[in-house]
Amino acid sequence: MKVSIYRYNPETDREPYMQDYEVDIAGKDLMVLDVLALIKDRDSSLTYRRSCREGVCGSDGMNINGKNGLACITPLSEVAPGVLEGKKPLVVRPLPGLPVIRDLAVDMTMFYNQYEKVKPYLINETPAPAIERLQTPEDRAKIDGLYECILCACCSTSCPSFWWNPEKFLGPAALLQSYRFLADSRDQATTERLGHLDDPFSLFRCRGIMNCVSVCPKGLNPTRAIGHIRSMLLERAV
Amino acid sequence: MVTSVTSLGRNGLSDWLVQRVSAYLLAVYAIGLMAYLLCNPGLEYAAWYALMTSVPMQIINTLVVFSIAAHAWVGLWTVTTDYLNGPQLGRSATGVRLGVQALLVLLILVYVLWGLVMIWGGA
Ligand code: SF4
Ligand code: SF4
Ligand code: FES
Repeated sequence: MKVSIYRYNPETDREPYMQDYEVDIAGKDLMVLDVLALIKDRDSSLTYRRSCREGVCGSDGMNINGKNGLACITPLSEVAPGVLEGKKPLVVRPLPGLPVIRDLAVDMTMFYNQYEKVKPYLINETPAPAIERLQTPEDRAKIDGLYECILCACCSTSCPSFWWNPEKFLGPAALLQSYRFLADSRDQATTERLGHLDDPFSLFRCRGIMNCVSVCPKGLNPTRAIGHIRSMLLERAV
Repeated sequence: MVTSVTSLGRNGLSDWLVQRVSAYLLAVYAIGLMAYLLCNPGLEYAAWYALMTSVPMQIINTLVVFSIAAHAWVGLWTVTTDYLNGPQLGRSATGVRLGVQALLVLLILVYVLWGLVMIWGGA
């Protein structure tokens, strides 16, 4: 099959280019990451991140035939019709919108900065109990669909609002985490958290495009979380 | 917390609310007017004039003009801050954006005044 990969080494290349490889997959429905590994065996200069190779660590987010996803859990048969059969090339690019360090590795600083801004940790000033802060099963259920995020950045880098204002708009991943703590019965900082979200950019730059929902490899729904925060802001204000 | 002095309410929630409320108002108005025109085929100028110069209609039209202005500003402000900014234009972005925004504000103000003159001046 034909594989086309975005290559860029800022030390030697004046500009990025696409490099084509011919790979023999013996008809097997490999994961995209396995195909990259086959190529790396031959061309060790190819650079990408990966660690767990099972959709847990979130390090191999990339743009595969136009859609962001984790290479390790994206089988060729799901990339696009015809890719597995070799009728169409597999096209791999780095996550869009972030500066490229080399080939498929991007600089995630802007993404992490936005994550940091939402204070992604429990804030509770009461003295810690001897064992743990308890939660009813119902309250615990409220953070399902939120805590599972692995910060792969597939969502934020597919969001046009994040592309245009990556320093002002928090982006779907950070907003999902913001709601994760707003929804947590043990967290006491709801008012301060909401106070940081009602400017015209941080949250309200979300236009409901829902690219984030369509790419999340964990099946999470940042748009719904953003909607919940918006309702909280509205309730607080009226 | 991101501050922005050029947004309508300087607060995302109020901008968002203004945009939604004005959208509903405009939708209801458009549908209402359409229904009126459909129910009154062969409408004469005199009847149309009488409708438009009646006080309730003048008030509704005034609300509509303000809704269009507010809705347009929130929307166009969003467009200018999305597409006329650093990633797109580099260093000249702030100047270009402010210039375009000033022009848009001026245009919207002219339309509002013109609209008000049309609504209240003809009676
Ligand atoms: S729904 Fe909002 S956060 Fe998600 S991709 Fe669209 S604009 Fe971005
Ligand atoms: S919400 Fe989904 S796509 Fe976004 S960072 Fe978390 S796991 Fe990745
Ligand atoms: S390598 Fe860990 S998520 Fe793909």
